[in-house]
Formats: sequence, structure tokens, C-alpha cells
Amino acid sequence: MSEGITVAEVAADRPHALGEDFLQVENLKVHFPTEDGLVKSVDGLSFDLQRGRTLGIVGESGSGKSVTSQAIMGLHRGSRAQVSGQILLDGEDLLQVSDERLRKLRGNDIAMVFQDPLSSLHPYYTIGNQIVEAYKVHHDVKNSAARKRTIEMLDRVGIPNPQRRIDQYPHEFSGGMRQRAMIAMALINDPKLLIADEPTTALDVTVQAQILELILDLQREFGSAIIIITHDLGVVAEMADDILVMYAGKSVERGPVNDVFYTPQMPYTWGLLSSMPRIDRVREERLNPIRGNPPSLINPPSGCAFNPRCDFRHQVDDPQRCVDEVPLFDPEQLHPVRCHIVPARRKEIFESTIKPRL
Amino acid sequence: MFAYTIRRLLAAFVLLILMSIVTFLLFNASAQDPARLACGKNCTVEQIASVRHKLGYDKPIATQYVLLIKGLVAGRDFPDDAATKKNAPQTITHCGAPCFGYSNFQTSLVSTLIKERLPVSISVAFFAFVLWMVFGIVSGVIAALFRGRWPDKILVGLALVGYSFPTFFIGLVLYTYIALQWQLVPTPEYISPLSDPVGFLRGAILPAVTLAMIYIAGYVRLTRAYVLEAMGEDYLRTARAKGLNERTIVIKHTLRAALTPITTIAGLDLGALLAGTPITETVFNFNGVGKLTVQSATNGDLPTLTAIVLISAAFIIVANIVVDVLYAYIDPRVRYA
Repeated sequence: MSEGITVAEVAADRPHALGEDFLQVENLKVHFPTEDGLVKSVDGLSFDLQRGRTLGIVGESGSGKSVTSQAIMGLHRGSRAQVSGQILLDGEDLLQVSDERLRKLRGNDIAMVFQDPLSSLHPYYTIGNQIVEAYKVHHDVKNSAARKRTIEMLDRVGIPNPQRRIDQYPHEFSGGMRQRAMIAMALINDPKLLIADEPTTALDVTVQAQILELILDLQREFGSAIIIITHDLGVVAEMADDILVMYAGKSVERGPVNDVFYTPQMPYTWGLLSSMPRIDRVREERLNPIRGNPPSLINPPSGCAFNPRCDFRHQVDDPQRCVDEVPLFDPEQLHPVRCHIVPARRKEIFESTIKPRL
Repeated sequence: MFAYTIRRLLAAFVLLILMSIVTFLLFNASAQDPARLACGKNCTVEQIASVRHKLGYDKPIATQYVLLIKGLVAGRDFPDDAATKKNAPQTITHCGAPCFGYSNFQTSLVSTLIKERLPVSISVAFFAFVLWMVFGIVSGVIAALFRGRWPDKILVGLALVGYSFPTFFIGLVLYTYIALQWQLVPTPEYISPLSDPVGFLRGAILPAVTLAMIYIAGYVRLTRAYVLEAMGEDYLRTARAKGLNERTIVIKHTLRAALTPITTIAGLDLGALLAGTPITETVFNFNGVGKLTVQSATNGDLPTLTAIVLISAAFIIVANIVVDVLYAYIDPRVRYA
């Protein structure tokens, strides 16, 4: 976010922005030194999120989605990762706060639902023990009160017979029930920010819908801000207010969900959408995968990181710019796009070439 | 759970029977004539024959085995034949259950020998067990928590050094310096822990430390590996994400997961030690089963060897069962249906 622009101006600029930015991520970089070189998992990411809204972060494996969420939780602390930039939660920089302060925020103000609920729950402790612990660490209450609250929460996330289930172990729960328990654990302290890292990837489709519905319900109830990280565009379409598309650790397109879905502007987003099966359209038998592989994060392609895989480089007046120059990404716009193709031309390509294929 | 335990016990019983058959056959397959060995060097042919008859080595192999088992369960008589019992009952020696036979070399019933020697081996083994569990696990956890930094390097290095020295060397060095030269502890001797616990600890500290050294080295590395493995688990990330403090994360979440597999190994290692430690007992002159093993093997004392092998096997089998049953309590995922 550039200097000198007030929050009010930003809000006025963006009709969807309801209030003050609750979470502001500013030029976040997460780099991992390895023997092969510096892995730039997240490289200059900026976004913001208001209370009660949902941001969907999408991208291929290795685009930096999960690393971003773990940086917000401060889970890279004590590891060899080099984290820089700013993560402001309600004005407080999470990268600067003390370990003790961060510990108090974790689980209380910011909570996280992880991808694989079986491996994310401790196999040797009962579900109840683990949730009670999450509550008691932030509330000075007796065991019985915490247990009562846990049973309420398990009931709230739709676990039948919570009085009995609370004393069972994770392996006695089905996949969907485990994820509900994880959500109960994440929401037990009414967090202001919930990060769901691929919350439904390990679940079957029918359960997926229930879990997503549950998260949205709870958001309506508690007014939390949500970041949902996924590679499943169907999930974001259903859940998110805004979408952030990531590629090679950078944001490449961001905007309100309908804009990004119905008038995507970035060739990478086109690729993602084209590779998604659509049940409501008659179409040729084959999906259109994006050619090539995700880029190396140690030596990302120069210029636009997507340029080696991009089919539309010839649409740039000087295609050499794609190799020489990183396209700008103006976070102040409603629907910023990181691409050298001029906006009018992009719209034209989308309407003429991409849209008929979707 | 109960049914499982019963089933395991039955299986163990069958295993013990098989074990006894194998042991019995092995000793019978040896080229040595047990009667000759039992009789001694300067025996006449007649004397050997009489010993053979007395100890029952003239009976068919199957009968000998049955008599061995009968002796274990109910006791037996030497010689076990109806004619002698009737004509000269005063020449019959009775050997009460559990009867492992008579050792001519030790001039004693094997069961008496074992009863004398076993407490020495067991008490020293338990002493060593406590030492190596405490020091091995604590050091392993510290090494894991300081991975890559100097406490880790020092502990793992020391463990490697400890592991590299042979037991007799460690034992002799400790004996010479700690006990004799510097006199930091009294001269090692066995005092029954039941009569004088403190005396036992003082007398047995050096053999226990010697035994523990080898195991500590292994346990430092094992614990370190398991703790590091647990630290990479997703559920530790969850624990951290909940906002738990570091102490709870380490003690409740990491150690619980890391130490569970150690139970298995510890149980089996202890089981293996209970039946004696030949080298340590010899170095410190402790009259345990280990030393008895060495003596019996050198002398060809078959009844004693058979007894020791059977008892060692029984310890291992029992340790296995204990570990399995314990595991069901420790790891809730283990369900025995």
C-alpha cells in the first residue's frame, strides 16, 4: 500500500470494503535457506482483509499459499525461515511482537484449521482433552467449565452425541467428524481471524459442502474474518468475497470473487479456470491443463514468473518485457493484475478466446 | 483387552514349550556324553554307566524330555525307575519342582543355584535399567531440543564414545579408578537390596553404571530421533497454533508421542538383561546368572546351561507380553479385538 492514501480513500475506492482493514499483509517475504539456494516461497505479498469477510487464496502447489498462512500464525518462528515485511492484525505487527504476545494471540485471536485433520490431531489424547486444552490456555476456568464449553462447541459444529464423543480419540472419528472437531477447536475462543488451510482437501465431496457451510455459518455468527486457502476453485467460488491468485510466491490477480471468476484478467488465472472441470457446460472432452511445471522458487524465471508457461506473450507489444521486467501489481485497484498485456487487450482476449472455452 | 491378554499368555506358553524342546534337542545333539561330563574326568566305564542310569540319560530321548518337563512342573526322582524305588529307596534323590536337574560341577541342585544367583542379576539389571532410562532419555530429549547446537553435539558425541568401548573395558576402568584408586565408592560387592537397600546401591553402582553405559548411548540416539520425528508432526503445529506454551508442547505433546516407542525397546532390553550379564558380572565378581553361564559353558554343565537358556527365553517372552499389554494402555490406537 503506497504512502499517503488514507483508509477512507481506499474504502471509498472499493465498494466492497466495509470497514477498516483488520488484517494487512504488507510486502511479506518468507525465504528458506537450503543447500541448493534460497527458496523464495513468498516473495513480496501484500493483501488486506476486513472483519466478517472471506478471502480465498488460490494457486498451484508451491505457490506459497500455506507458507503465507503459517507466517501469519507465526509458525515459522524458531525455524530457519527468513520472514520480512509486515503482518498487521488490528494494527499490531505480528512479525514484531514478542513470542509471549504471539502465543496469546494464537488460538485466541487467530486460529487455524489444518488440511489433514487426522495428522493434525494428537493421536494419544482424546478430542475433548485437546479442545479443552485450547480453551483453557486462553481462559482461566475450571476443567468442568471448559468441558461444558467444549461439549457445546462440538454440538455447534454438528457432532452428534457430543457428551460421549468428547471422550473419544481422533482415530475413533470419521474424516468429516475430525475436521468438525478441528473447527470446534479453532473456533472455541471466538477468533477474530480464522485461517483455513485446505480445510476440505482430505474430505469427500459430500462432507466438503457441509464443512464449508459450517464455516460460513460460524462466520455469520461470530463475524470473524476468514482466509481460506485452497487449490479448489469451486471452494473459493462458494466461500470467498475476494480472491487472491498466487503464483511463485507473488500475487498475480486479486479482486471480488465474481470479477475474478467471470472476467479474469491474468493468463495464469485463465489457465486455472480452463483446467477446472465444469458440470454445467457442454464442452470438449479434454480439460486444458496449464502447460509446463510450477517454477523453481530458487531461480524463478526472470521478469514475469509465469512467462515460460504463458501462451499470450505475443499479445504484449514488446514480448521481451515479460522476460526482463516484473509486471507491476497495484494493490490499490479493485481488481489488480500482474501482467504486461494492456488491460483493454486482456479484456478482448478473454472475451474472444478464453470465455468460449470455459 | 482381557481376552487379548489371555490369548497372548496361551501363545507364550506354547512358545515356551517349543523353546524347551529346541533347547533340549540342541544339548542332546552335542557330541558330548552328558553322563561322562557329569561324572568327571577320572570315571570308570562302570561309574559312567551308573551316573547315566541315575540321571536318566539311558532313557529314550522323548522320555528324557518328558521327565525334564515333569521335573519342572512336579519335581522328579533320580534315578527314576520303579525297581530302585522299591528295593533301595534310600539311594533315591528327590529334586523338588521346579527341577532343572543336578549340577555335579557346582555340587548343587540347579534350581538352588538359580535361586541364589538370579536375584543378583535381576537387581543389578533393574538398577542399570533405571540409570539408562533416566540418563538416556533426558540426554536424548536435551539433544533433540538443542538440535545442531553444542549440547546436542556433546551428548551425541559422548554417546558414541560410550558406545564404542567394550563393556569389559568400561568395567575395568571404572573398577580401577573409581573404586580402587580414587575410592569414590566402596569396592563393588553384592548386598541384597531387600536387607540393605543403601548398601546394595553403593555396592552395585559400578556394575550398574557399566551396564547402563552401553544402553545410554543407544537410548540417547533413539530418544533424540523419536523426539525430532515427533517435532515434525502436524499435531505439534496444531499445538503451537493453539497458543500453548513451550513447556506444554514439549512435555505433553512431544514427549508423549516420542517416548511411546521407547517402551517397547526398553521392555525387551530389560528382559534380555534379567538373565544375567556374563562380562559385567565377571569383571566385578558378582555371583549372578551371567557368571554361572560362563562357568557352565566352560565346564559343559548341561543341566545348568539348559536351565539358564530356558529362563532367559522365559524372560524375553514375558517381557514381550508385558510390553504388548502396556502398549494397549499407552497408545489408544492399539485395539486388540
